Amino acid sequence: MSLTVRDLTVAFDGTVAVDRVDLEVPAGSVTAVLGPSGSGKSTLLRAVAGLESPASGTIRYGDEDLARVPTHRRGFALMFQDGQLFPHQSVARNIGYPLRLRRLPSARIADRIAELLDLVGLAGFGDRTPATLSGGERQRVALARSLAVEPRMLLLDEPLSALDRGLRERLATDLHDILRRAGTTTLLVTHDHEEAFAIADRMAVMRAGRIVQSGDLAEVWAHPTDAWAARFLGYAGVLSGEQAAVLRAVIDPSGSWTEVALRRSALVVDPDGPLSGVVLAARVSPEQTRLEVDVDGLGTIAAVADPARPAAVGERVRLAVRTDRLATLPETQPSEFRHLSLE
Amino acid sequence: MARPDHALTARRLGTAALAAVPLAVLGAFFLYPVGGMIQRGFWPDGAFDPGGVLDVLTRDRVHRVLWFTVWTAGLSTILAVVLGVPTAFVLHRLRFPGQRLLRTLIVVPFVLPTVVVGVAFRQLIATSGPLGGLGLDGTPAAIVAALVFFNVSVVVRTVGAFWEGIDRRTEEAAATLGASPARVFLTVTLPALAPAVASAASVVFLFCSTSFGIVLTLGGLRYANVETEIYLLTTQELDLTSAAALSVLQIVVVTGLLVALHRARRTAPPLARAGESGRSPRLRDLPLVGWTVVVVALLMTPLLSLLVSSLRTDGGWSLANYRALQGTGADNALLDTATHALQRSFEVAVQAAGLALVLGTIVAFLVSRRPRSAGVRRLSATFDGVFMLPLGVSAVTLGFGFLITLNRPPLDLRTSSLLVPIAQAMVALPLVVRTVAPVLSSIDPRQREAAASLGAGPARVLLAVDLPHAWRALAAAAGFAFAVSLGEFGATSFLARDDTPTMPVVIYQLISHPGSANFGMATAAAVVLAAATGAVMLVVERLRVGSVGAF
Repeated sequence: MSLTVRDLTVAFDGTVAVDRVDLEVPAGSVTAVLGPSGSGKSTLLRAVAGLESPASGTIRYGDEDLARVPTHRRGFALMFQDGQLFPHQSVARNIGYPLRLRRLPSARIADRIAELLDLVGLAGFGDRTPATLSGGERQRVALARSLAVEPRMLLLDEPLSALDRGLRERLATDLHDILRRAGTTTLLVTHDHEEAFAIADRMAVMRAGRIVQSGDLAEVWAHPTDAWAARFLGYAGVLSGEQAAVLRAVIDPSGSWTEVALRRSALVVDPDGPLSGVVLAARVSPEQTRLEVDVDGLGTIAAVADPARPAAVGERVRLAVRTDRLATLPETQPSEFRHLSLE
Repeated sequence: MARPDHALTARRLGTAALAAVPLAVLGAFFLYPVGGMIQRGFWPDGAFDPGGVLDVLTRDRVHRVLWFTVWTAGLSTILAVVLGVPTAFVLHRLRFPGQRLLRTLIVVPFVLPTVVVGVAFRQLIATSGPLGGLGLDGTPAAIVAALVFFNVSVVVRTVGAFWEGIDRRTEEAAATLGASPARVFLTVTLPALAPAVASAASVVFLFCSTSFGIVLTLGGLRYANVETEIYLLTTQELDLTSAAALSVLQIVVVTGLLVALHRARRTAPPLARAGESGRSPRLRDLPLVGWTVVVVALLMTPLLSLLVSSLRTDGGWSLANYRALQGTGADNALLDTATHALQRSFEVAVQAAGLALVLGTIVAFLVSRRPRSAGVRRLSATFDGVFMLPLGVSAVTLGFGFLITLNRPPLDLRTSSLLVPIAQAMVALPLVVRTVAPVLSSIDPRQREAAASLGAGPARVLLAVDLPHAWRALAAAAGFAFAVSLGEFGATSFLARDDTPTMPVVIYQLISHPGSANFGMATAAAVVLAAATGAVMLVVERLRVGSVGAF
């Protein structure tokens, strides 16, 4: 069953943290809410868990209105950024906690704990105490504990943010696989677009308490709603006005768009390319050479070159545009038009 | 130019000289008197004879005293925990208007002199008092009630501070896993809170079992705990051997408890600190909020009642009791006027606080250094421990020790007006060290190193790095020592001469004399003393030094 949030507002002491939010988490999906810190995404998650009371709006699971359902009866397991394992209990007792709450026979509990430890790749860790685990291991245990009773929904609050980079990437892949295998409907909040892309299949972008865009991962990625969303989703730069017009003339003369977001690899060094510019900086990496180029008519912009064909600083190069690496942005918001027409 | 090892030696000598000052004072005015008292017990006639001590411990009366001490302290501890833990939740885990006022009110009883609490409860439960109908006057119930009154705030503060630091999200994680609020409390909150509750309970038990002023004022001659028994044996029956035997027993037990407490705290797992504020109360918190209001009301009742009673004479409102403070009481119950005693109390408190602050700051400074060598570190830990000894030795024992050792050469201070301030300084010394040392230890040593590398000499480093961090703690420690000294009764009751009493001694003398006029005057004196102590502690509280009153 899916979760439906309608017109949800949560306020603290008069400050609105979540502002009239609509959100859909389809059954079986992994939906990420992506937003910078202070955007209200964690509050949204806590409201779904029943830890914050909404000022208005509804949260439904299937047909059931959750307004009067307390946290412990919602069946939504929440996993925090730092796991929040119970420090006085062993790993096995931590994972068995929700099972003991449901008074399962102890043999069943032991089997389930072993199964879960296996699932998260920590077989044999049952007797350890949380204090002896690394950050990544702790998050795995927290995940196993959250999955123990097959929750109706799993809520993840920045599940990987506390980990260092290498571990984060590995655990993100694992998390993706574990969630698909368990088939659990999941709502995830994060400020890291890479984390969201690695784990989720649907995404909502949140800013200042509001959802500004939502949909399938590919859809959101391909059509950022505005310049801010594009940058937050990982686009390297946004061109508008004159510069956007110069690029439009080259790649889409019949188009009418006025703003475009470019990924780092949208411009590539190519002797037959339509654009020309002077290389300002070059940094070699194993995959490609990352350049900064002062492109005629576009200004300073990121570009890439094949390492086999190096470009030196100060050299004039020609550049081709890869249209699958850029996204045109919709017209400026109506509110700004209104503002202009008043003048 | 001095060679490096010369410089090192010079620094070590300097440190040793600095350490020698407080050690000498502690040796002369704590170890020597207490040692003399122990000697009096085991060497009654100059020859080693432990039989006397063992004999004392087999007496029926001593057994009764021991049992009374244990059961009143135990019951008071349980009641203080039961009243205090829900209150700690409401005052430290929730957030609502008026909370600060409630937090301040709850601390008030703890900073009051014991004699004041004794007088407050006596007038409350006296047959003519507001609760006279309950027939509690002269019963152990009155003693237990007063002990609970005194110690609820210890539980609220200790448990509350710890509770504030527990990450709320651990409880939330349990709730999302399906645990009901009651289950969350039993399986997550309580296990995390247990060390703090145990620690608070041990401290309260310690305070209750060594309580002197309250038991003496409310128990009179009928009910005695170990402390008051030592006092009665010494001053009424002049049986110094028995008193010494009880003192030794108490030192052993209390020191044992303190060491156990210290160990238990050291092995407690480190806390996950979450610097978040409380949440707003919900409907289901209502019973607990109500509980807290009742607790605060219970704590305020004796004090308000004391105030009202001090303002009434012969069934009418008047300031006669306060005016009487200028005299010596009905039937000349006092040898000096109460106003003189108050003035003397202030003078003594200034001297005692000054001495305790100087010595305590030196000790705190030395123990807060982090020496590289393991040997020096051990030495430093021992040094620290020695200055905690006065916590484990009751003030009565100390006063008694002063009485029997400082009355002849090499140290004959019988007539010295410094005897009382010195004894009070010894009582306040560990409190000063415990307030200042944590603050000095919290200064990153690299700050001092940075200052030194920029060219600051040792004195400049102290001024530039230590002082800005520590001045609040020093001020708070001075105020705390001053307030403790103002209310100190245990040691002072032995040492203050009848013609030069301090305010707590005056209050005790007044309530020991029959007559409602004297009792009325005692209530007025108690209000004045409570106001003075309260005002000082209010200033200390304002300084917001977390280590004040941490045991």
